[in-house]
Amino acid sequence: MEKEIIIEQLKEIIKPYVQEKEAFEALTEHTDFINDLKINSANLVDVILDIEEKYDIVIDNESMERMLNVKAAIEIISTKLADKI
Amino acid sequence: MKFQEIISRLPYSKPFLFVDEIIHIDEKGVEGTFTFDENLEFYKGHFRDFPITPGVILTETMAQIGLVCLGLFLLNDTFSKNTSIALTSTEIDFLKGVYPNEKVTVFSEKIYFRFGKLKCKVWMKNTKGEVVCSGTIAGMIV
Repeated sequence: MEKEIIIEQLKEIIKPYVQEKEAFEALTEHTDFINDLKINSANLVDVILDIEEKYDIVIDNESMERMLNVKAAIEIISTKLADKI
Repeated sequence: MKFQEIISRLPYSKPFLFVDEIIHIDEKGVEGTFTFDENLEFYKGHFRDFPITPGVILTETMAQIGLVCLGLFLLNDTFSKNTSIALTSTEIDFLKGVYPNEKVTVFSEKIYFRFGKLKCKVWMKNTKGEVVCSGTIAGMIV
């Protein structure tokens, strides 16, 4: 799946949990979920569960710990999707 | 883990322990009770001359029984004195009042327990079997 498509889908998923609307509007690959968007760690769990549901993948603890910004999320989603095929 | 052992491991004490007994507990959920003693301090001020249990205390009671007792059970030996927990979100509807000396029963069903976060559907009933409040509560290990 193309990176731009994943970014758009990610934006839909994280939108309800974002505290910093401006950082969200200006979201790039380098946007950090906690520091830039001010998503708290509890809501980050919900973001990850929503990602699992959206892409029908399972995120393990190790991936969860790495999934702190948009870039890492795209990498993990892409890898897990590739593993499925 | 025995019911009494779970209660003794809770990180609360009077006047902020709101669990008397656990009636049932398994991986999916928990059921427990608490009786609101009329001498509890907050009744003196909530409300003045009209004591009724504050919504935040009902929420806390549902969190202690429904979330913390269940979390302790699920974590078993990985929960220690050094484990710190935090309430992360609540969404509760209040339907009926709870007055001094009333006994309530709290029911909780696990929605998920992932990455250290436990989210549950909770509800509280009075002795008449009426639902007094219900909603969802989540907390996590921090």
